[in-house]
Amino acid sequence: MSDSACVPSAASTTPATVSTAIPAKTVSSRHSALVRVTHWITTLCFFALLISGIEIVISHPRFYWGETGNNLTPTLFKLPIPASRNLVPTGYGYVLPDQNGWSRYLHFQTAWVLLFTGLLYVIFGFVSGHFRKNLLPPGTDLSWPAFAAECSSHLRFKRPSEAEAWSYNLLQRISYLFVIFVLFPFVIWTGLAMSPAFVSAVPAAVNLLGGQQSARTLHFFVSLALVLFLLVHVVMIFVAGFWSRMRAMITGRAAEPRAGTTRTATTPAGTDMERP
Amino acid sequence: MSEPSSRDLSRRKLITTGIAAAAGVAGLGVAARLAQKHGLVPPDHGGLYGLGETLTYASQRLLTRHSFAREFSRSQISKPPFPNELGPLPDQFKRLQAGGFADWRLSIDGMVARPAAFSLDQLKSYPSRSQITMVQCEEGWSYIAEWIGVPLSHVLDAVGVLPQARYVVYFSIEPFWWESIDMADALHPQTFLAYGMNGDSLPVGNGGPLRLRVPRQLGYKSVKFITHMTVTDNLKGFGKGLGSASPEAGYSWYAGI
Repeated sequence: MSDSACVPSAASTTPATVSTAIPAKTVSSRHSALVRVTHWITTLCFFALLISGIEIVISHPRFYWGETGNNLTPTLFKLPIPASRNLVPTGYGYVLPDQNGWSRYLHFQTAWVLLFTGLLYVIFGFVSGHFRKNLLPPGTDLSWPAFAAECSSHLRFKRPSEAEAWSYNLLQRISYLFVIFVLFPFVIWTGLAMSPAFVSAVPAAVNLLGGQQSARTLHFFVSLALVLFLLVHVVMIFVAGFWSRMRAMITGRAAEPRAGTTRTATTPAGTDMERP
Repeated sequence: MSEPSSRDLSRRKLITTGIAAAAGVAGLGVAARLAQKHGLVPPDHGGLYGLGETLTYASQRLLTRHSFAREFSRSQISKPPFPNELGPLPDQFKRLQAGGFADWRLSIDGMVARPAAFSLDQLKSYPSRSQITMVQCEEGWSYIAEWIGVPLSHVLDAVGVLPQARYVVYFSIEPFWWESIDMADALHPQTFLAYGMNGDSLPVGNGGPLRLRVPRQLGYKSVKFITHMTVTDNLKGFGKGLGSASPEAGYSWYAGI
């Protein structure tokens, strides 16, 4: 009812997106329901892990390499911030409130939620062909000139073409695959390598990283890389058009490409999960 | 494709999702009962973070029941050993310290056949063991030391733990400092009543004269200045019933992470 009510106004004020106001056309999905749900669960988990992770680091903002490190040993580097424990020599004359308890509870519980969400997504990605069809760069794109052109258009914050609303560009594909198959597994590994019980069963998890403090330092750097990805990801969404990209990831709907663009006509509306 | 078919599809999807959700809830119920039966539910399983705690504890109990904490070479021992900050110790401790800890006692009661109190000399008369393991604080720092003592299992054998026992609760001379571990950790060969460190007696700064070492968990489970232990099958009667002082202060009971 509300849909039909908004057709006239949408059609009259925004002719460019007129097709989106016609229900039959907007049923088709830019992102499948599973991708959308796991995306937003991951987003929530990411912020919970980031905030609790920062709180955990504040109790000892010193980093080391090797097996051990404490206030009496040299550091690899220190964060120039005050600590939540008064024994840590930070150079600040005050101590922040201790938030470590709930931060740790939240961090580990969220890690579980993220692990299950990630497993669901990865299994779906392989079974449905999501990775192969949407994320693996097509052979034609894998050339240095194509890569260079993509980089240059990104660096100039060029608004992507309309067709890109229906598919990922080369840089997106590479960075998403890197996040999914390199950064997330590595952040889980380095996290587990800090667990005294886990490494009692799987000592190689920490030995391969060069020690428990090395694992902690690497965990910090992988987290930084993930935060960097998040920042670029959000900036790019603004460049591409915040509302259209948000709508696509929330409702699954995106503006139908005009005739002559890359959308495959044979895909039945309403049943296609992903653009081939 | 016409509209009705996609509506059918979504109805079918809805029914499938409903059945899956119902199966999931029923499955969780069965899993919860099985976990409770096999001792895979931690005492702080209630509340907002209970799910995460239970998943961690249950999965690690299945994975690590018999695994050994990493041991290190003598050259990896941290020099100097790191003594964490100590609160003001009670007068009772100072009196015992003045007497060279000759009157220090570890009493063990609860579900044991022969409750007893051990002096340090008695504990030292048992076969001593040593291990070079890491103390890892939840704050982020760590150190490696050689710990000398008697495995807790040896002392528990001496008092005769009853078969229904499930936890060992242990208390420090420091007021409000108490912890507990399950029998898998209590009987683990690396769980020590440590009275020595790096070839010497255990310094007060590191928990001397007697500290429990639980090297498969974070440092706060290795309580310093141990004076009393109770063997039990239920943690409900201790403090707020969350298993130890840590959950009461906002930290998880199981600290294997």
